[in-house]
Amino acid sequence: MMLQMSVNNGHGLVPNHPLARTLAQLAEGEAGVLDHLDLPDDIARRLMELGFLPGHTIVPARSAPGGNPRVYRVDGSEVALRRETAARLFLRPSKGPGKASSI
Amino acid sequence: MSDCHDCAGCAVAEAPALHKGVRSHVVAIIGPPNSGKSTLFNRLTGLRQKVANFPGVTVEQRVGKARMQHGDRDVVLVDLPGVYSLNPRSEDEQVTRDVLSGAMPGIPKPDALLLILDCTNLGRHLVLAAPILSLKLPTLVILNMADDLKSRGGDVNTAELASELGSPVALISASKGQGVEKVFQFMEGTAGGTAAPAPPRVELPVLQDIPQCRRWAHDVGSGAAYRAPAPPIWTRRLDSVFLHPIAGPLIFLTVVAGVFQTIFAGAKPLMDGLQDLIQKSGLGIEHFLPPSIFRSLLVDGIWSGVGAVIVFLPQILLLFLFIGILEDSGYLARAALIADRTMAKFGLQGKSFIPLISAYACAVPAIMATRTIENKRDRLATILIAPFMTCSARLPVYTLIIAAFIADRPLLGRFFGMQAGALLGLYILGFVAAIATARLLKSSILKSERVPFVLEMPPYRWPTLRSLSLRLIDRSRVFLHRAGTVILLVIVVLWVLENLPVKNGQPPPIEQSFAGMIGHTVEPVIKPLGFNWKIGIGLISSLAARETIVGTLGTIYGKEGTEESMGLRQALRSDLSPGGAVALLVFFAFAMQCMSTIAVVRRETGGWKWPAIQFGYMTFLAYLCALITNEVVRSGII
Repeated sequence: MMLQMSVNNGHGLVPNHPLARTLAQLAEGEAGVLDHLDLPDDIARRLMELGFLPGHTIVPARSAPGGNPRVYRVDGSEVALRRETAARLFLRPSKGPGKASSI
Repeated sequence: MSDCHDCAGCAVAEAPALHKGVRSHVVAIIGPPNSGKSTLFNRLTGLRQKVANFPGVTVEQRVGKARMQHGDRDVVLVDLPGVYSLNPRSEDEQVTRDVLSGAMPGIPKPDALLLILDCTNLGRHLVLAAPILSLKLPTLVILNMADDLKSRGGDVNTAELASELGSPVALISASKGQGVEKVFQFMEGTAGGTAAPAPPRVELPVLQDIPQCRRWAHDVGSGAAYRAPAPPIWTRRLDSVFLHPIAGPLIFLTVVAGVFQTIFAGAKPLMDGLQDLIQKSGLGIEHFLPPSIFRSLLVDGIWSGVGAVIVFLPQILLLFLFIGILEDSGYLARAALIADRTMAKFGLQGKSFIPLISAYACAVPAIMATRTIENKRDRLATILIAPFMTCSARLPVYTLIIAAFIADRPLLGRFFGMQAGALLGLYILGFVAAIATARLLKSSILKSERVPFVLEMPPYRWPTLRSLSLRLIDRSRVFLHRAGTVILLVIVVLWVLENLPVKNGQPPPIEQSFAGMIGHTVEPVIKPLGFNWKIGIGLISSLAARETIVGTLGTIYGKEGTEESMGLRQALRSDLSPGGAVALLVFFAFAMQCMSTIAVVRRETGGWKWPAIQFGYMTFLAYLCALITNEVVRSGII
């Protein structure tokens, strides 16, 4: 996976890099694969129990008025997170061309 | 278990009891949130259950007796909090762990377990099977929501799953009652000592490694030919309406306004009817008994006092009916989502919204409704601010004082006068005090930045009549229990204070009664607020329920004790300064003058600590603000 990452993104994204995309940046209906959770261990584990596991595909669904909090489809269920939490869940760079072009 | 009470409909005397000789067979129900755990518990126990808190914590404990057809031993069911794992990070998980290991005082170690999982999401829910199976207790793995799984095209081979896990597996629908007989059969077997757990065929994963546990669950599911169902199409359709950027908030406001309207306007005829009934039956008893001091205690004290609390029952039941429909249908989670951003500004979260709205009717059901908030700190903050909301028991007091002291001059046009403005002002005052307190709490003792807001969105479901009525019965039981114990005690004590010492076989004039003496004793303390000793007695009597002060003042001034009584209004006008009157309104807006609320906070927080802090804080705030109000009005600034 790390290999694909550097191949697909010539500028060599690393986790926590400012250019790495987070869940908060996905558009509604746009799938993303979770890479890692940049949260304290106990909170990360709580979210992992809800299905926010590295490697899982997450699709943002509808949100409250104003876009926050937003519902995410993950591991067979729907879970709402506030933007501040979603912004700490980093995604794997997408393979498809053009998908990561928003940043 | 101090909250357990003896009631005829409740067969559990001291559950889970160790009965003479034969020890009860204890079965614990465990499952993730939204797995239908409570529905199954209700299915298995019916009304033979009771709700309390686990000792010293805010976690709810539900214990009941299973309705067994066969077998001599009683089967006691313990409903554990919903958890995803047994890693003790929250109070819920700690309690679950303690009960399962037999470390929870008052609850014997379970003899068998019912593990309930939502089979429409088996991959994720099976993760909990790993720590549960490692306990090596006889366990029935219950796959709930079988009807949903089938209708959405999912499938699972239960026989294969059972042999993989080494435990029996039952595919059921707890809400429809399908397959529940298999659960009874399992409990009969374990109670009879015939079921021994087989070791799981699959190797259990390392429990601390969540990704590994999740892979394990997936492999077990695949081994049992699990086919996940199609996404819930109706839920998505409904969400596209209920969470629509424009329609969503409009529906939300309509629902809130509808609930509000019904608990006030809809409950009014019922409450009036009930009040009438209590009054008439009181007169009937009075007619039936010879005049004596005991008749006075029974009719004027107990009957009318407890009646004053019971009058709120229709409103409370309607409120719980609404909350029940909202919660069981799945809309409550959507409402919480929509309300979250606004509530977050006050340091609270979306799930606090419905309880706080409910508190406009009565703080007691509102505080009970906070059980839907999983985050303990948010729940506590909501409990602590709920009594600031203007409950309906404050209205008679407000009406009386406003009508007596504030001239009804037009303020904004013909339909909005000074009196309506004053009432609205008091509503706003309570609301501002609530959010200011919330901010204060969340930036000090209840600071919880570490716990993020996480809200699972359950699929929409039809609420069942069965579950709604069970909930209503349970809540009325709790409420009436309060009215029948704490409130009764307070009322008897107040009656004694108002009617003793006896002079020449007659109760004394109220000024010379113990209550009058207390009124005179506290007068120096409340004088700076502009209150005299008579108001002092009123304040003490309003501890039972706020509106009691109206009747008490009626007695003291020798006038008819209703908020419409012109005589009482005039008597107050000549006896109370304008400053004192406005201060009294402010005092009632802030003070926690309600024994029922104090009792329910103690129950919900599992001790006296929080109600004591809350009572102290609210009384201090009430005193301080009433003092300032009196000074400001007296000095003529306003």
